[in-house]
Amino acid sequence: MDLQIALLLGQDGIANGAIYALLALALVLVFAVTRVIFIPQGEFVAFGALTLAGLQAGQLPGTLWLLLCLGSVIAMVEGWGAWRERRLKQIPLIVLVNCGAPLLLAGALLTFSPAGLPLLIQVLVALLVVVPLGPMIYRLAYQPVADLSVLVLLIVSVAVHVTLVGLGLLFFGAEGSRTPAFTDTSFEFAGATLQGQTLLVLLASLVLIVALYLFFERTIYGKALRATAMNRTGARLMGISSSLAGLLSFGLSAAIGAFSGILISPLTTIYYDSGFLIGLKGFVGAIIGGLASYPVAAAGALLVGLLEAYSSFWASAFKEVIVFTLVIPVLLWRSLKSRHVEEE
Amino acid sequence: MNLHRFTLRLLTLVAATCAAVGHAEINVGVIISATGPAASLGIPEKNTVALLPTTIGNQKVNYIVLDDASDTTAATKNIRKLITENKVDVIVGSTITPNSLAMIDVAAEAETPMISLAAAARIVEPMDAKRYWVFKTPQNDAQMATAIVQHMTDRSIKTVAYIGFADAYGEGWWNEFSKIAEARKIQIVANERFNRTDTSVTGQVLKILAAKPDAVLIGGSGTPAALPQKSLKEKGYKGLMYQTHGVANADFLRVCGKDCEGTFLPAGPVLVAAQLPDSNPVKKSAQEYVNKYEAAHGKGSVSTFGAHAWDAGRLLENAIPVALKKASPGSKEFRKSLRDALEATRNLSVAHGVFNMSAQDHLGFDQRARVMVKIEGGAWKLVQ
Repeated sequence: MDLQIALLLGQDGIANGAIYALLALALVLVFAVTRVIFIPQGEFVAFGALTLAGLQAGQLPGTLWLLLCLGSVIAMVEGWGAWRERRLKQIPLIVLVNCGAPLLLAGALLTFSPAGLPLLIQVLVALLVVVPLGPMIYRLAYQPVADLSVLVLLIVSVAVHVTLVGLGLLFFGAEGSRTPAFTDTSFEFAGATLQGQTLLVLLASLVLIVALYLFFERTIYGKALRATAMNRTGARLMGISSSLAGLLSFGLSAAIGAFSGILISPLTTIYYDSGFLIGLKGFVGAIIGGLASYPVAAAGALLVGLLEAYSSFWASAFKEVIVFTLVIPVLLWRSLKSRHVEEE
Repeated sequence: MNLHRFTLRLLTLVAATCAAVGHAEINVGVIISATGPAASLGIPEKNTVALLPTTIGNQKVNYIVLDDASDTTAATKNIRKLITENKVDVIVGSTITPNSLAMIDVAAEAETPMISLAAAARIVEPMDAKRYWVFKTPQNDAQMATAIVQHMTDRSIKTVAYIGFADAYGEGWWNEFSKIAEARKIQIVANERFNRTDTSVTGQVLKILAAKPDAVLIGGSGTPAALPQKSLKEKGYKGLMYQTHGVANADFLRVCGKDCEGTFLPAGPVLVAAQLPDSNPVKKSAQEYVNKYEAAHGKGSVSTFGAHAWDAGRLLENAIPVALKKASPGSKEFRKSLRDALEATRNLSVAHGVFNMSAQDHLGFDQRARVMVKIEGGAWKLVQ
């Protein structure tokens, strides 16, 4: 192994690590705010990438129908609740938000073929289709059981994951897709070629991480999320709605997931079930951060990416084994280091 | 009161007649991996089953299709269900090797013939009391590997690198290919693995490049097999590239694009049916399938995997009339005579070749079951 190979592997590892870091942050965020271990995080990666690929191929992505379905189910659930509590005036608004907005999007996509639009608009449309699924899934699957134990929430997560993977196969088929690169430029660096797309992934991840930091430090909603993460009951007493915090955190994590998918789909082929493994590696990163610390989780995810790149060179058959075995010493170290606090 | 009893009796009689008539129908149990990792193979097979004939030898044929989700446990559960509840006369499936191997025991125990759609030679070899009941339609990996090695020696290739799936498919190909290549004095300079869901194979590709092979063989199936090839091209590899027949579908061409130009692969003749010479007996039977499938699912939708299911259907179409002369469907005797009739298949041209079964050979394909194909201009081109 010479310097050039080491550099190339490092570049590859950091690019993948950056994606894992984004997902690790999203996982930590969701867990801190709602205590949900969000296994379906990876599905948003696949949905984001495949929705974009579908739009580029001039098809209406299946996720659009999912959006319409979930929207109408929520409208029914919410509408029924409003009807029972005699809040009749709210019903039109509920229907408008949950059914009207997705219908408007579907109508727009049916009239203007998205295939010819500039890449940036296509990305935005793909995000518009996929991101609302996050809060919608929270509203339907998690909110009714939000106060139950972490275990119940985990079981719900598994169910949501299996359902979404199945829907992914139905929507996108068994074969994968790739989207064209955002940029074709490449740079020469110490004898190794740096792909422009890889740099873009890094840059976008960095920008996103900084934006998240600013969001949590500077905005009222970010602060509300942090307050909920620290003390749910206390935050509620201060007038922060825990369901709003849940919806917001799921929206953020869906956005991060879908955006990560769009970032890596030019680098690799994405399948309906690719997301799970990518999400799992982000999860290893999040575990290193104890599902609590953002910077440690991001660093852990980068470590996972690098480890993966170098082990694929030395022992490609055992790559996954090496990456996932990392969890064991980390868990040992964490359990020795920290005192276990019982769930209240 | 009397009238009431009479009606009841009449009803029982009608029900009994219906059951008897229902019994005369032939039940074919189909187990396919339509979801899970093997879905890209299973879906075209499932579509093909819908095109199979619904009457054979003046008897109605029911196809009962179950999905095993590419899972071995589900496959054995399904075959038990088909045999005990649906009383099937024959089993078709499963799509993948591990599932088919697990199903052999159940099929043999129930003395029900089974036609597997999976590739490994182990499904029908070595012949024993259990495999007595088992047949298969896809070519053996060894047949395909021999074609590749032949092509390599013709082009005087000395060193080859192998990169394959880190699962049964990649391992199976490695075993076959390394054995045959060694016998033909081809040196294998690198042996790497990658996962179907990997997002990057940079490490493996760099290692292969460092070994400077004359050619690279990629042992993967479907679109995931495009990833190593794209990475090799991106890092400036100039040698010959080989794929296996597992990639022979239109999605692979779509995903791999211009990076796959000039790739060689062995495949069943159905992939290039229209380009076969008219003298080839497979041409007509292969085109029949292609036309049927494309009429139902659109131009360019056909893949070689679905053709394996079609060939299983052709075997049944050929054997059932023979078996019907000896016994009626639903009986133990019918299953036995169906098995004997399948084994007696001679000179049957199907989409993937010509079947000539024997007591020792329950695949029955010869050299006509494979061709070398080159990817040219984003399409499959027969290598003469």
